[in-house]
Parts: sequence; structure tokens; C-alpha cells
Amino acid sequence: MPRTVRDVVFVDGVRTPFGKAGPKGIYHETRADDLVVKAIRELLRRNPGLDPAKIDEVAIAATTQIGDQGLTLGRTAGILAGLPQSVPGYSIDRMCAGALTAVTTTAGSIAFGAYDAVIAGGVEHMGRHPMGEGVDPNPRFVSEKLVDESALFMGMTAENLHDRYPQITKQRADEYAVRSQEKAAKAYANGKIQQDLVPISVRRTNPEAGETGWGLVTADEPMRPGTTLENLAGLKTPFRVHGRVTAGNAAGLNDGATASIIASEDFARENNLPVKMRLVSYAFAGVEPEVMGYGPIPATEKALAQAGLSISDIGLFEINEAFAVQVLAFLDHYGIADDDERVNQYGGAIAFGHPLASSGVRLMTQLARQFEEQPNVRYGLTTMCVGFGMGATVIWENPHFEGDK
Amino acid sequence: MSTTAELLKGAAELFPDEVVTSAHVRHLDLPFGAGRFALITLDNGFDHTKPTTFGPASLANLNTAIDQVEAEAAAGDIVGAGITGKPFIFAVGADLKGVELLKKHEDALAIGKGGHEVFKRLAGLAVPTFAYYNGAAMGGGVEVGLHCSYRTVSKAIPAFSLPEVFLGLVPGWGGCALLPNLIGADKAVSVIIENSLNQNKQLKGQQVFDLGIADAIFEGADFLEQSLIWTANVLKGDVEVERPVIDRGEGWDQAVAKGRFIADSKVHGAAPAAYRALDIIAAAKNGDLQQGYDAEDQALADLIMGGELRSGIYAFNLVQKRGKRPAGAPDKSLARPVTKVGVVGAGLMASQLALLFLRRLEVPVVLTDIDQERIDKGVGYVHAEIDKLLGKGRINQDKANRLKALVTGVLDKAEGFSDADFVIEAVFEEIGVKQQVFAEVEAVAPAHAILATNTSSLSVTEMASKLKNPERVVGFHFFNPVAILPLLEIVRGEKTDDASLATAFAVAKKLKKTAVLVKDAPAFVVNRILTRFMGEIQNVIDEGTPVEVAEKAVEPLGLPMSPLVLLELVGPAIGLHVSETLNRAFPDRFTVSPNLAAVVKAGKRGFYVYDSGKPELDPEVAALLRQGDVVLSGEQVRARVLDAVAQEIGLMLDEGVVAEAQDIDLCLITGAGWPFHLGGITPYLDREGVSERVNGKKFLAPGLASVPA
Repeated sequence: MPRTVRDVVFVDGVRTPFGKAGPKGIYHETRADDLVVKAIRELLRRNPGLDPAKIDEVAIAATTQIGDQGLTLGRTAGILAGLPQSVPGYSIDRMCAGALTAVTTTAGSIAFGAYDAVIAGGVEHMGRHPMGEGVDPNPRFVSEKLVDESALFMGMTAENLHDRYPQITKQRADEYAVRSQEKAAKAYANGKIQQDLVPISVRRTNPEAGETGWGLVTADEPMRPGTTLENLAGLKTPFRVHGRVTAGNAAGLNDGATASIIASEDFARENNLPVKMRLVSYAFAGVEPEVMGYGPIPATEKALAQAGLSISDIGLFEINEAFAVQVLAFLDHYGIADDDERVNQYGGAIAFGHPLASSGVRLMTQLARQFEEQPNVRYGLTTMCVGFGMGATVIWENPHFEGDK
Repeated sequence: MSTTAELLKGAAELFPDEVVTSAHVRHLDLPFGAGRFALITLDNGFDHTKPTTFGPASLANLNTAIDQVEAEAAAGDIVGAGITGKPFIFAVGADLKGVELLKKHEDALAIGKGGHEVFKRLAGLAVPTFAYYNGAAMGGGVEVGLHCSYRTVSKAIPAFSLPEVFLGLVPGWGGCALLPNLIGADKAVSVIIENSLNQNKQLKGQQVFDLGIADAIFEGADFLEQSLIWTANVLKGDVEVERPVIDRGEGWDQAVAKGRFIADSKVHGAAPAAYRALDIIAAAKNGDLQQGYDAEDQALADLIMGGELRSGIYAFNLVQKRGKRPAGAPDKSLARPVTKVGVVGAGLMASQLALLFLRRLEVPVVLTDIDQERIDKGVGYVHAEIDKLLGKGRINQDKANRLKALVTGVLDKAEGFSDADFVIEAVFEEIGVKQQVFAEVEAVAPAHAILATNTSSLSVTEMASKLKNPERVVGFHFFNPVAILPLLEIVRGEKTDDASLATAFAVAKKLKKTAVLVKDAPAFVVNRILTRFMGEIQNVIDEGTPVEVAEKAVEPLGLPMSPLVLLELVGPAIGLHVSETLNRAFPDRFTVSPNLAAVVKAGKRGFYVYDSGKPELDPEVAALLRQGDVVLSGEQVRARVLDAVAQEIGLMLDEGVVAEAQDIDLCLITGAGWPFHLGGITPYLDREGVSERVNGKKFLAPGLASVPA
């Protein structure tokens, strides 16, 4: 049977505001599955043209698939969100690139013709499920020196990356972090972020964490607008004595969820759904686990090569800011300035937070908004580093592109 | 300290054991920049299995929360205020335990006023107020929301009601005055009167919205988020809330008249609560809320100090608590598993039992009888009933297939019962026949199998007397219609052992029946009291009192039906049979009516004809009656009947037929449908002075179903 590969588009994406993990965090008493369920429901409300019965898959990512992030979350979240029972679902794990992989995996299936439209997203409640909960690494990793012991601790891999690129100093990392906070605050002030946030009702019974009772979360909790270099200079370097990685130049430990609609372009057009981005190519790559922050570079190389593009064709970058050093390594590799205005225009994970498996769709939602605003840009990319030495990159085309002016 | 706070402090001292509800105030920013909002959460700190209630200290907490919100509203710090509940529960109203403790009219008045004073403040805030009915809401829970400017309701709410009239109260924290002014008198009467008197029927979220009680409805998954988004839109003027125009003319009067008709048909004027509520609804027509609140306070105080409410709460506690933890039942750990049930007989009663066991236990059920034709008919009946359930959508096709496959019939008891754990007989009411059946079952059933009898009048001990293992015989007496009446009298024979009894109670629980432990005494509890009651009615008719006078004489009790209509339902022949049995046991108190015997002999199945649409004495029955010339007044008849009932219950308690008078009442409520406002019957007999007149003492300790001393 002859097959035609179909164009795949990003229809729409939303997310919950991100919270700080821990007993005083806004989501401390909120279940992870409820977060993703509410994101899915908002997505459906915003896109009434999408008949829920026509959704072919619900792919939800989580790194720690235990408890309220377990039980094949894609399936259970679909039922909890009120989707018809006929809509199937599954769970995905590629740690930080979970939601991104949910998008690319279902996108591959759409291109192949297996699906017309899907929901892809992710959730991580790092307060309820701290990194490393329940892990049981094979002792051979260490005995056979398959990886360095630091590979399991993301902060240590970031220190390792500083070692590899001595020109990326703590000063540069801190400067980058301050800019991320500034850009995020500006994006908030201009209403760029709020339009894709799902308000979440949250209960608090612990008076030490603040006012008790039900509240409503409408903004990201981790943001630190007004952060200065002086503020950052004094922070501890918890991963290494006299190190460079601090809580200020890295994303924190966060709770949150994202969801997106991915569809074939034909389906989207037939059902009058928005077409916010068109998928061009995607790629994943493996690197040495102890410098996992290097991962975006080979992944981007592969994705560019597949698309027949060069880095100069990319007009907008959404790079996940797990660590400032990882972003700077990427920029240095491609000879892009630390403050290049094409990069993370709305700020990044250092300001908003990084609930591991949910973040990929946040990058896409923000890139989609930037495409809308900048029809002069044809191509953009979303990229992120992934634990255990991986990188993930998706290249998107702007459907609003009006040609080079 | 405000006067309201003082009032509540005084009330709280009377109720030291209150489970106190907190009223948390938390601030949030509404979406779309609609402004800062104060949200009050009612939460008693327990999970949903212990619903949030309002006692005096809880009201005081809400009062304090409103102090704060009121100041913020006045200062312009907030644009609105809302109130909601903990997960799955909004609030389920006044704490009845606190109401039971009240001894003085003035204290009762304080409870009513206290609630009003606090709730009214929500309506008086300088900003709009919103109630978000997120979960179960009853009574005062519903009412606190009625004081708000706007309401939303969750589609997922399973229970929403104003159940006060059901218990013997009125919705007295604004319900009677506000609800008809919000949704019209007709709908308010449905909620306040009709649903309450219809076994406390609950509304679901969609109905709450359809009735107009809530202005918006949202699904459970993100109910609070959507409610707050809606709130922002209302405050910004983007959503206009429309309320229907209320008929304040004739429609209002007709609604109240309809309410009185419903109340008459259910309680026959015997319980005051519905009528008091209707009076307030009638007066609310002029829209004067304060006048309505004052009337509510008075009605609440009067009813709290009256017997009907105490009886209502007593009855409620019997059904909800004692009914679930039967007095005298052995430790449940002794119960043996029941994985297969045998039914001896395949007649109508046996088939109904088979259906019940099948549906509730979902284990194989085997019917046996004396020929294949009867067996086929019995199994056919069960299959047909399963198909009816399927047709009504009560079960799905898979469940229907499963149930049908589980029911079988065989001629050979050995084949049917060799692995049964529980065998119940429903054969002809004749001791010799039943002994024979049990002997046959014992010969083939496993040694541990329970042998249960559905006898209504024979001795369980005698039935077991010829068996090798009489310790496994129990009485398992159901009430018709088996699928509807909750009561199951579990009879302990002389030799019945604890394990068998525990198994019987465990089965009863799975059958979802209200089990009461009864001694092996003639006709057990319900039939003995009803037969004495009916016997006395028949006596006065036989002696010369006209039928209609005798029938009307007991109307003020508010029983579900008149004595002769009940006798029709039971069947005159069965009634006669039971009266003969009891006459043999207690010839001095139980008579056999010659007129009833004549009616049965003539083959009549009832006393009335309904050709004209209402019951009229069947002329053929009238022609059979042979009456004396002693004509009593209604009052005299009633006194005689109640005296007889009081005497019989007194004797039954002396004989130890049940553990306590409470069990008698539980039996009458769940097995004969006697009303809550009578508390079964003994609270009423105590209250009316009958108990003391007949037995020289009351049945119940003071405070149990009456105002505490």
C-alpha cells in the first residue's frame, strides 16, 4: 500500500502555572493527575472545533510514574478529563524531554497515518515525587564504569559542563540568569504568558504555608523578578565546593503540567482548528551522561541535517534552561551571543521553573506565540537536554510566515 | 464582642462535644484582572466521611470570618467574596447532636437566631457574594448559600436537599423565606415539602441548576476554577445573570395549597413540621424576608421543643446507626463465607428471595421444588425480573448474563444443595412440612450450611428440634415487598449457635437489609404488633362501630395506610392465619374476628371497591358483616387501639423478644413503614401518656426521643 507522509501541526498548547516543589509550594496538596486533567480540559474548551471523540490518542509524559503519576496516566487522565471511553491513552518517559517526546512520537504516528489528532503533554509534581524516587540503578553502571557517578545528579553534570568549557564562567551563567528573569517579567507585564495558563484551584490546610482554604493559582510561583547579579553572587554552590552552579542560574524543583493538540494539517484545516506551528523535523541524540547538558547540540545537528537547514535559518530559539551553562554551551557552539534576541524571548525555565516531563510543551507554546507575533520568521526550534546524557530538538515552521521582507 | 458572638458563645457552652467547622479565609486574584477576592472554605478538618456541619462554635467561626471579609469589603480591598466547602462536601447543615441537647425554648430560639444573624451578614456585605456548591449540601449548608448574591453548583453533587421537614423541623436559617423568593413557591414547595416527605429525596447538581437554585453549573473536574472564572465574568459585567419572574399571585397560593395536599396525604396532619414550613412559605409571598426569618425562628424553637422532632431524630438515628450495628448480633468475625445459596420452593416468595440473593450476593442460587414445572416457573420468574432490570437500564447486558447464569433449578436436593453454604426455605406455613423439608436438606447439605426459614409465625426452635444439627437453624423473616421493605427479623432459636447467627447477620448486611435480632416468639415483632393493632380495630367493628369510624380513628397517627387497606395488601387469608396463630399462643389478647373469617370464606381479597376512584366498602363485604350494637367514638377507638399496642409492646419487652424498645421502633419503621414523626411508636405512646396509663412507666429514658429533663 503506498503511503504519503502527512504534514503535522501544533494546534494549541496550554499549561498550568508552575509551582515550587515542597511543603510550602502552591501545589503541595494538589494531585499531579488533576493538574494534567485540568490542562486537557482547558485545551478542549479553547478548541470547541475538536470533537473529543475524534482524538486518537492521549500521550502524557511523567518521569516518576508512581502513584498519581502512575497507572498509565495518558489513559486515566483521559477518563478523568471526561473524554469518551473510546479515546485511548498511554504514558511516556524520557525524563525532561517527556512532553517533547509525547509530541514527536504521536507526530510520527500522525505522519504515518495512524492518527489524525492527539493530545500530548506531560506532568511532573516534584514535590510529591522528588527526583530519584524509587530508582534502583543497576550496580554495573558503577562497577563497570559505564557512567561516572555524577551522571545521576543533574547539578553535578552541569558542573562537569563548566569544566569542559572553561570560558563559560559563573559570571556569564549568572548574567544569563538575570536576563532570563528580566525577560520573563517583561513577558508577564505584556500578557504574553498568561494567555496560555490554566487557572488551578488549590487547597491548603497547613497554616505555616500561608492562608488556608481554597485558593486559585493564576501565575508561576518560581518567578523572581528584579533578581540582580549581586543577589546571585552570594548563593551557595550545592553541587561542588567553589562550584559555579547555584539555585539562581538553574531551574528549580517544580510542579506543573502541560498539554497540546497535535494534528495532521489536513485534519486541522478541515475542522477549523488553529495551525500555530508546522513540524519540520525532530531528532534525539545521546552524549556522555556526565555532561548531559551537551545533548541539545548533537540533537540539533541531526534535526537540521534532516531538514536540510543550517543554524542560520533558525529565527527563534526556545531552549530549556535546565542550567544556564547548558544554554551557553549551545550558544557558544553555534557562535550565538549570550544575549541574542532570537533566544528565549520570553525568558526561560530559570524564571518559570522546570517540572521535568512537562516542559517540552511549554517551549512549544511560547514559540507558537512568538511565531504569531513575528511573521518574518520562518523557522524556529525547541530544544532541551535530557538526563542520562541525551538531547532533544524539534524544528518548526511558522505558518504565519509572510516571506522575507 | 458583638451580640451575635455572645449569643453563639452561650449556645456553644451547651454543646461541648461539637465537631467544630473552621471557616478559612483565603485571598486570590480573579482571572482577567477582575480583582482581589476573599474565599471562605468551610472545613471541619476531617475527610468526606465526616461531613461538615454547623454547631454554635462553627457558626461563631463563620461569623469571625465574615468580620474580616466585611471589613475588607467596606475598605474596598476586595471586589467580591465567596464560600465553598472541603473536597466532596459543601456543608450538611445543623449538627443534630447539638439540637438533641437543647432543653429550653430560649436556647432553641438562640440556635435559630444565631444562624440567621451570621448568614444574613453575607447578604449585607458591600460586595457581591458567591456560593460554590462543590459537594453535598443539606439544610443549613444549602441555606448559607441562599443568602449569597449568586450560586454555582457542581454537576457531580449527588445530594442536595432541605431535609428538615423529613426530620420534623423547618428550613429555619432562611430556607423557607428565601427559596420561594428565589425560585418561586411551586418549586420551593417541591424541594422543602414534597422531596422531604418522599423519603428525603435528594437533588443532583443538574436539578439544582434546572430549578434555578444555582445560576451556573460546572462539571466536577474543574468546578472551582470554572466557578471563579464565571465570578470574574459576572463582576466584570461580561456575564449577565438572569432569574425567572416569580408568580406572586394565584400561583403562589396554589403552590402552598399543593403543599398542604401533599402533607395531608403523607402525614394526615399528624406531624406539624410541614404545615409550619408551608405557613412561612405562604407568608413569604410579600417578599418581607425579616418577617420570614422571625417566623422561622419561632417555628424552629417550637419544633425543637416538641416531641415530633425528637421522635424524628430518634428514628433517624435508629435507621442510620442502630440499623447498621444490630443490637445483640455476635462478633462478625465468627461469620462463615456464603458462596452458594439454596432456596427450597420455587413459588412467588421463594423466587423473590432467589432474585434478592442473586442480585446482592452474586453467587450461584439453586431453586428446588416438587416438580420440574414449578422449578421452571421459578427460574423463569427470576430471568424475567433480570430482563426488566436490564430494560430499565439498572444493569447492563454483561451483568444480566452473569446473573442469569448463576440461577438454576433442580428437582434433586442432593444435586442442588451438596455444596450450598446457606439454604432458605419458603414452603407452606405448616410446621410438619417445614420439619420434613429441613430434614431432607440436612441429609444432603454440607454440615456447616445454614438452614434458614422465612416463616412469619411458626417456631424456629420447633422447626429445628428434629435435626441432628439444630444449632445452624435461624429465622430469616422478610417483609413484603421483599425488594422494598428494608426489615429483616433474624430469629435465634433455642439452639442456634453464634457462628450461624453471625453468618445470618453477615448475609443480611450483604442483602442491604436492616437486621434486628428477635427471640423465637410467636409472630416475632412486626406481625405481632400489627395483628394486635388490627385485631383491636376488628374487635370494635365486630362489636358495632361503623367501619369508617374505626378506620378514621387512627388517621391522626399518619400511618402509611388505613388498617383495612393494609389487610387487603397483606391478604385477608394471611391476616386471618396469623391472628389464629397468635390466638392459640395468647388467647386472652388475640381474637379471631368472625367477620374476617367470613370475608375469607367468601373468597374476598379485599374490603373496598375503587370503582368511583376512591375506596368504598364493597357491598358484598358489607352484606357479610355481622356487627353488635356497641358504637364507639373515634377517640374511644383510638384509645383502645393504642392501649392494646402499648400493652403488647410492654409484654414483648418483658418476654425479651427484642433487646430494647428501640428495636421495636426500628422494626415498625423499616418493616411496616410507620412514620418517623411517631419514632416508630414508643416515643408517641410515651408522649401521649399511653405508656404510663397502661404499663405504669414510659418505654424510653427521658431525652432519648424527647426533650431532655
